Amino acid sequence: MASFFDIKARKAAAAAANGASSGNAEKTATESTKVQPWVEKYRPKTLSDVTAQDHTVTVLQRTLQASNLPHMLFYGPPGTGKTSTILALAKELYGPELMKSRVLELNASDERGISIVREKVKDFARMQLTNPPPGYKSRFPCPPFKIIILDEADSMTQDAQSALRRTMETYSKITRFCLICNYVTRIIDPLASRCSKFRFKSLDEGNAKKRLEDIASLEGVTLEDGAVDALIRCSEGDLRKAITYLQSAARLVGAAAQTGGGDADEMEVDNAAVTVKVVEDIAGVIPEATIQRLLKAMKPGGSGTVSSVVEDMVADGWSAAQTMTQLYQAVVYDETLPDIQKNKIVTVFSEVDKWLVDGADENLAILDLAAKISGIMAGR
Amino acid sequence: MALLVDKLRPRSLEELTYHEELSKRLRSLAQCGDFPHLLVYGPSGAGKKTRVVATLKELFGPGVEKIKIDARVFMTSSNRKLEFNIVASVYHMEITPSDVGNYDRVVIQDLLKEVAQTQQVDQAARQKFKVVVINEAENLTRDAQAALRRTMEKYSPNLRLILLANSTSNIIAPIRSRTLLIRVAAPTHDDIRSILAAAAKKEDWPLVEGLNKRIAEESGRNLRKALLMFEAVHAQNEKVTDTTPIPVPDWEVLVGQIAKEITEDRTPARVMQVRAKFYDLLTHCIPASTIIKTLCFKVMPLVDDSLKPGVIHYAAMYEHRIKTGTKAIFHLEAYVLKIMKMVEEYLMSMDM
Repeated sequence: MASFFDIKARKAAAAAANGASSGNAEKTATESTKVQPWVEKYRPKTLSDVTAQDHTVTVLQRTLQASNLPHMLFYGPPGTGKTSTILALAKELYGPELMKSRVLELNASDERGISIVREKVKDFARMQLTNPPPGYKSRFPCPPFKIIILDEADSMTQDAQSALRRTMETYSKITRFCLICNYVTRIIDPLASRCSKFRFKSLDEGNAKKRLEDIASLEGVTLEDGAVDALIRCSEGDLRKAITYLQSAARLVGAAAQTGGGDADEMEVDNAAVTVKVVEDIAGVIPEATIQRLLKAMKPGGSGTVSSVVEDMVADGWSAAQTMTQLYQAVVYDETLPDIQKNKIVTVFSEVDKWLVDGADENLAILDLAAKISGIMAGR
Repeated sequence: MALLVDKLRPRSLEELTYHEELSKRLRSLAQCGDFPHLLVYGPSGAGKKTRVVATLKELFGPGVEKIKIDARVFMTSSNRKLEFNIVASVYHMEITPSDVGNYDRVVIQDLLKEVAQTQQVDQAARQKFKVVVINEAENLTRDAQAALRRTMEKYSPNLRLILLANSTSNIIAPIRSRTLLIRVAAPTHDDIRSILAAAAKKEDWPLVEGLNKRIAEESGRNLRKALLMFEAVHAQNEKVTDTTPIPVPDWEVLVGQIAKEITEDRTPARVMQVRAKFYDLLTHCIPASTIIKTLCFKVMPLVDDSLKPGVIHYAAMYEHRIKTGTKAIFHLEAYVLKIMKMVEEYLMSMDM
């Protein structure tokens, strides 16, 4: 590549060795997709790819045909496909070429104070539409408006939100807003009432499982029996988390196998399977046996003393927050406990949780939690 | 002469003794080229830092051991100057942002941005990115963590982060989901014993199995503490046997005394005596939460079983108040009074 800066020579070289250079480009493309997070790589490309949000998707598809769109407010737990849906919709509406000029995406990592809303959003909203190139319109609907996506809108300040109100109405002829948030209650009422709301429900197991298995087979990752279930369990309905875990797990078990290579072919060589244990390790989940041991120690007449079990758990590095979540699950779904005891136990959980959030010592907090629960179980 | 802890610290992944599975994983991660952000957590003295340094060496070669200390000055938005120390080599940088308290966000943003925007200068470097190690990540403020989240995504080609924390409880979820979690458990008693035995062999000290066993139990599975105790025993005694007493730190002795005093005699005069001791401890920079925790564990064996849940409960409660409040001595004394009251009530009910 000595003649890199000489355009003529480069063109000649490219013409001469077309095959070679295209091969080269392909290689760099695969390199870049390899380092890309899988979450980005496997984002749904079209609306119909979006899994498990049938209601929303049908409504949006209808608007796609009608070429009109209301302002929208998407809300729901993380990792349910809110951002993916709007991006897929935008892609279907505008196609790759117009996407850049017609869609503005702002998320929480961009500065989003009141000044940005006043300037950047307003400027974009005010901008006149550009005409699509001839022939382009036959492939994509290209409706006569732009879309502004405000991701993680619940982290916007109240002031910034109220600054949006007027903007939304003034430019409604040429601009549509799409607000995305986790908690609809954090969006001020005047904004919420201007949008049609779509609730995204958390993914059911069947769909999440199918998606994870698809990705695993596309990436050539072997999954042990039950590993998918473990992924779903650990991620609590959050598909993004599940995919991230899957990638980390694949990296961990596959890392040894693909030391030498950078090619995509070599990825398939790793035959070490992702096991339940690896998944749980990555998610920082405490093994069920450990929790059961603690539970057993807490029960009246149980084996072992509570304090020694707690000490072991702290020394093993299990975080207090994780211990609490899992212990809570175990206690609440324990059929052998009378409801009145559960009632008291849950109060204890809430108190200790507050302590932990304030940064109290974990060892003492967990020990107190365990001691109190065992006291309640003993009927004191 | 260096302390045993430093002298015997393993320098590379091969030399690490326990958690072999983990070392193997770290090595394969370091070699595979696609190194993720890490969040290493575990109790103190479990070997988090040692593992991280060894991983860095595996990543970059021996160059990481040539470190220098850099004093930097940062300006806050209110024009206050912050002095901040950075331990850095050509390839990595180590910071403890909690040193500057509430201003950690400024340091994180400025420093990481600066690192991320400069390319690796050394052409011969094995990796294209630089590593920033952040100590005590659990003490980072929410603001700083949120700033970190942005930086992690934006500058990922030039920058990898390794966060070290004692627990993941205070790390916000977005950071946890962006990093690969690595748990380093404390070494078991057997691990500690074999390490002590190896240390004894290296130093030409006689191997005393019984003593090592006791040290392992006393240390609470903290390897650093175990090695320090081990060295202290051998330094103080000409000849060590199975029954040589293990020297305990002065402050622990003092807390032990307090525990004994408050359970024996429960009068206002005794509270005044104890107050002097607490002030003594506090002026020697023993953290109040450590005092209350140790006191709790020292009082436990001295009281009746039925009182123990109470002792723990109030320890946890007052420890929480120490964290949220401002003046530690109030809560320490309140805890002492609570213990006295509980013991007194218990004895009265016995008499009746």
